[in-house]
Amino acid sequence: MGCTAERVAEALRAVARVVAEHRDELVRLDREIGDGDHGENLNRGFAAVVSKLDAEVPATPGAVLKLAATTLISTVGGAAGPLYGTGFLRAAAAVGDAGELDAAAVAGALRAALEGVVARGKAVVGDKTMVDALTPAVGAASAAVAGGDVAGVLDAAAEAAERGAESTVPLVARKGRASYLGERAVGHLDPGARSTSLLLRALAGSAR
Amino acid sequence: MKKIINDPATVVADALRGMALAHADLLDVQYDPAVVVRADAPVPRKVAVVSGGGSGHEPLHGGFVGRGMLDAACPGAVFTSPTPDQVQAALARTDGGAGAVLIVKNYTGDVLNFETGAELAAVDGVDVRTVVVDDDVAVRDSLFTAGRRGVGGTVLVEKVVGAAAERGVGLDGCEALARKVIGQVRSMGLALSPCTVPHAGQPSFALGDDEMELGVGIHGEPGRRRVPLAPADSLVPALLDPILADLPFAEGDRVLLFTNGMGGTPLMELYLAHGIAERLLAERGITVERRLVGPYVTSLEMQGMSLTLLKLDDELVELWDAPVRTAALRWGV
Repeated sequence: MGCTAERVAEALRAVARVVAEHRDELVRLDREIGDGDHGENLNRGFAAVVSKLDAEVPATPGAVLKLAATTLISTVGGAAGPLYGTGFLRAAAAVGDAGELDAAAVAGALRAALEGVVARGKAVVGDKTMVDALTPAVGAASAAVAGGDVAGVLDAAAEAAERGAESTVPLVARKGRASYLGERAVGHLDPGARSTSLLLRALAGSAR
Repeated sequence: MKKIINDPATVVADALRGMALAHADLLDVQYDPAVVVRADAPVPRKVAVVSGGGSGHEPLHGGFVGRGMLDAACPGAVFTSPTPDQVQAALARTDGGAGAVLIVKNYTGDVLNFETGAELAAVDGVDVRTVVVDDDVAVRDSLFTAGRRGVGGTVLVEKVVGAAAERGVGLDGCEALARKVIGQVRSMGLALSPCTVPHAGQPSFALGDDEMELGVGIHGEPGRRRVPLAPADSLVPALLDPILADLPFAEGDRVLLFTNGMGGTPLMELYLAHGIAERLLAERGITVERRLVGPYVTSLEMQGMSLTLLKLDDELVELWDAPVRTAALRWGV
């Protein structure tokens, strides 16, 4: 089954609901090793995305993703605004003006998003950032393309992202504000990795 | 949480409305996107000096907008960097045709958003030079961190570069001067108590009654270690020694000493600490030629302080003394 602009918009609404539900959890995780604004910032951004979609859903999946990108960039702030914004922007560029996305297109969009996040934030796996969740998600999504549908690809991505997020717990942070903590960041789940896994789980749930 | 607010979501906009009324002779405030602009901007043929960052550090940065300092400031949400469209709007409003210097504190979110905003402004045809302030010696600068934070030294960079721009120094000169000040300014802070971000509703960290956090950043985020509270005679050298060891400052140096309050520490305690710091510097043969004492880079209601030392020469003294007329700093006019 293909994924239309309307379905992508629905998926983003699902993401916004999940972010709102987990706002306090993300604030708490970020307060432990950062500055405590991650949940608030993402919630503000995705709420703004939903209100724009309520006004009008753009014609193609790519246009919906681009709308999300520019809205996140102009409302989120912090490091998450440019990082998630760039990710969505690259995903939008990757899917072009296709009217529907198949499993391969979705996996390709995830890969483009990862490349955008890495280009902007310059983090690598092991730095204790969202890249630790997104990288294995992209690998799992690509592997699930053969013989799978969009839901299968996103399920695989979400599951890998959850494991990737958990893998940040024992790490010393090397990027962002948590890097100032040194060893004291050990034992804490990275809030960016957690929000990435929540986001992918919401997308997967919406595709099913 | 006890605060004089209505809705946490509108704190920044509500505060900006009051600020606009309080300083209508100096400032023009726009709200969407939020930018605090010098009332007579753009000043033709003058390099625009623009800064910004999360709100909650007042008077930084809006309080330093005006003649002889900043042309505009972009206030983000509380403790959250502004967004690229704010930066783009600030640069558009202040561009007098001579380009702009963007003064950014080294925090990942600020750097990413200002970088993106500068790119947008460049597309609009503004020649933007970005300088990143990273004066906090509490943070180890290595390949494995995001680098040192930008803290109190930012005020001194803004004053000196603002003065130079006001007297007609060109874009290259302003940028070089900013890099020079950044190269010879160092800071370190401590916190005695946490602060509460309005939308979080609870303190951002916990400290025991007998504890303090040494090497704290301007959001209370830790730097070096948590230690038992001690008398001021021990606190002040705990801030000063790492600063002096870092540059290094040498006997015979002339310096500006900036004793900054984090918001919840009274001026009495700041003056007390300042006196100790001056004595310690004199003992080392370092001459304090200029001073700034007060809450200029705050963290909401956090108790605490920071010390900033800038190595001076005749050029910097002259630019520091140059007239300034802003909400928070005023002399010579």
